[in-house]
Amino acid sequence: MVAQLDPTVVDRNTTLDTLLQTPAGRRLMTCIQCGTCAATCPYGEGMDFSPRLVINMLRRGFLDEVIQSESLLRCVACYACMAKCPRGIRLTDVLLPLVKEQTLVQQSEIPAELQKSLQNLLRYGNPMGESPRKRANWATTAGVQVPLLAQRQSNGPVEVLWFVECYTSFYARGQDNSRATAKLFDALGVDFAILGNEEKCAGDCGQLTWESGLFETLTAHNLEVFNKYRFNRIVTGDAHAFNAFRIRYPMYGLQAPVEHTTGFFARHLPQLRPLLTQRLDRRVTYHDPCCLGRAGGSYDEARALLEAIPGVKLVEMVHHRANAICCGGGGGGMWLDTYYKQKGLERLSERRVKEAIATGADVLAVACPYEVSRFEDALKVVPHDRPMVVRDVVELLAESLA
Amino acid sequence: MNLYVLLKMVPDTVEELNVAADGKSLDSEFLRFKLNDPDEHALEQALLLKEKHGGKVTVVTLDAPEVDDVLFTALAKGADRAVKLPVNQAELGTVAAARVLADFLKAEATPLPPDTLVLPGSYAIDDLEGELAPLLATALELPYVGVVCGIAPAEGKATVRKEFAGGLRGEFEVALPAVLGIQSADKPPRYVPVAKVRAAMKSARIETVDVPPPDRPRQLELERTYKPEAAGHAEMLEGSPEEVADRLVEILVKNSAI
Repeated sequence: MVAQLDPTVVDRNTTLDTLLQTPAGRRLMTCIQCGTCAATCPYGEGMDFSPRLVINMLRRGFLDEVIQSESLLRCVACYACMAKCPRGIRLTDVLLPLVKEQTLVQQSEIPAELQKSLQNLLRYGNPMGESPRKRANWATTAGVQVPLLAQRQSNGPVEVLWFVECYTSFYARGQDNSRATAKLFDALGVDFAILGNEEKCAGDCGQLTWESGLFETLTAHNLEVFNKYRFNRIVTGDAHAFNAFRIRYPMYGLQAPVEHTTGFFARHLPQLRPLLTQRLDRRVTYHDPCCLGRAGGSYDEARALLEAIPGVKLVEMVHHRANAICCGGGGGGMWLDTYYKQKGLERLSERRVKEAIATGADVLAVACPYEVSRFEDALKVVPHDRPMVVRDVVELLAESLA
Repeated sequence: MNLYVLLKMVPDTVEELNVAADGKSLDSEFLRFKLNDPDEHALEQALLLKEKHGGKVTVVTLDAPEVDDVLFTALAKGADRAVKLPVNQAELGTVAAARVLADFLKAEATPLPPDTLVLPGSYAIDDLEGELAPLLATALELPYVGVVCGIAPAEGKATVRKEFAGGLRGEFEVALPAVLGIQSADKPPRYVPVAKVRAAMKSARIETVDVPPPDRPRQLELERTYKPEAAGHAEMLEGSPEEVADRLVEILVKNSAI
């Protein structure tokens, strides 16, 4: 199973040309071409070059053909291939991003939605192209004080630097996640603060998608802002930001410990449990976000939180934990729905909600901000008899607070 | 081909625009500038023409905030030469801007070589009438077609496609050199990876070319800039449906509508 990335495996300057001189690159040579990666890939059947073939083409010197095809536009960076590889080959976080990056350089045209999102990320620091000056506007609707780090009076370091992220700042349903997190911090008496309008997207999808230059630009900005302040840890509700801070940012100098909100609140469960007094009599099924589950090994935290809510009955989908099917939003997939539709591919979010519906649950619980919009959209088109709502784990916790 | 693309920076409307204390200019506190959209298409069209027919793409701008980023991005996309004319764009009216750009082009070569196309965007959000291109063509004594959405060059001439209102299209044959105001390129403007732009910033150079300052920066004097003002308000009729109907008929009669 995938664990913390060993920084000696690959460094930030590794390119396709130097990959084979790194331990991770040499490991590629041990691939036994078993095809488990291709079979577990949710879009494997829609790719001209499955992960297995990418490795084979690389080893035989035909990688250019892969780079010149659109095949890897179908990679949603879900870590499934890497998690299942019997040889421990680092596909999702090492090989595939390097190949994708070259694909981006080669393609004269990329799908319009993806292009616009990448351009917006560079110019405005968020993929939706919203004004960066409005990033923290949601905080006035939180119902509790959401302090800005820049306005902090105390001299000592803040305990929690809460990195809010884009969908949770700008997207109306995403803000529900932020309001819930603020309420939970407040209820627990956590010393926290946000960066406000100084924050820009952490850039995870930049790195895992196509755009190392974009990722580095965003990283440089955020690290410069981090360096202005004193804080003990970073907590984020965005599984993708968590992924970037945990794996890539340390290569650029980030040293602070990083937690996802599910991990943070699970660690505070003894203090949180007595506060969860509102009964929520619901059947809940939990979708493991790729960046928390397969990439981070965190499966139990969210489930422990859900089970701590009085009245909640947790049921599992057919594919769960390491086998969970991606919502289709990673690796740029968030902005490729139109493209996938044009290519006749099923939206992964629709595939996933069918499994959720089959459990008979009332609530599809998630822990990544992409999933709320993706699954709510999917539920609009996938027929189901019993009503189902999508809620972030923190939203359910906040609902259960007195 | 010898392709000149004229790029203009316009206010980015993602940030709310506010009128400055002088009541005339835009409040610059949070104002950011971006490349005018049709100009981005003009650049794309030039790059597509270069890829198909060979030649050289020169991008030209007046001085404006954030313009260097735009020039380096154009170089990273495939432009061969980036020229900045050190005249503050904000101080020039459209007539004077056309004059400055015409002076630059005349200094490049008089007459311009017969395979030359000068490609400004067809309009800008602060030049909705699209006056720059025809003014420039007049100053250069060159033919002009605006709202162009397709160019097929041939020896000494080009067939250009132009859009009209109501879904009509027209095809024109124009002698080269010519000025063509671009509405849209044959393909959407391409993406350029950030790493390529950064490489361009390290290796490429923006050329500064001096031009004589225009004797009359503005032809028109701006009196006032203001946000749309509500002229009137809707009147809500209250009461039972019969009362409302009676009142409505009364109003319509009074206004000679029935």
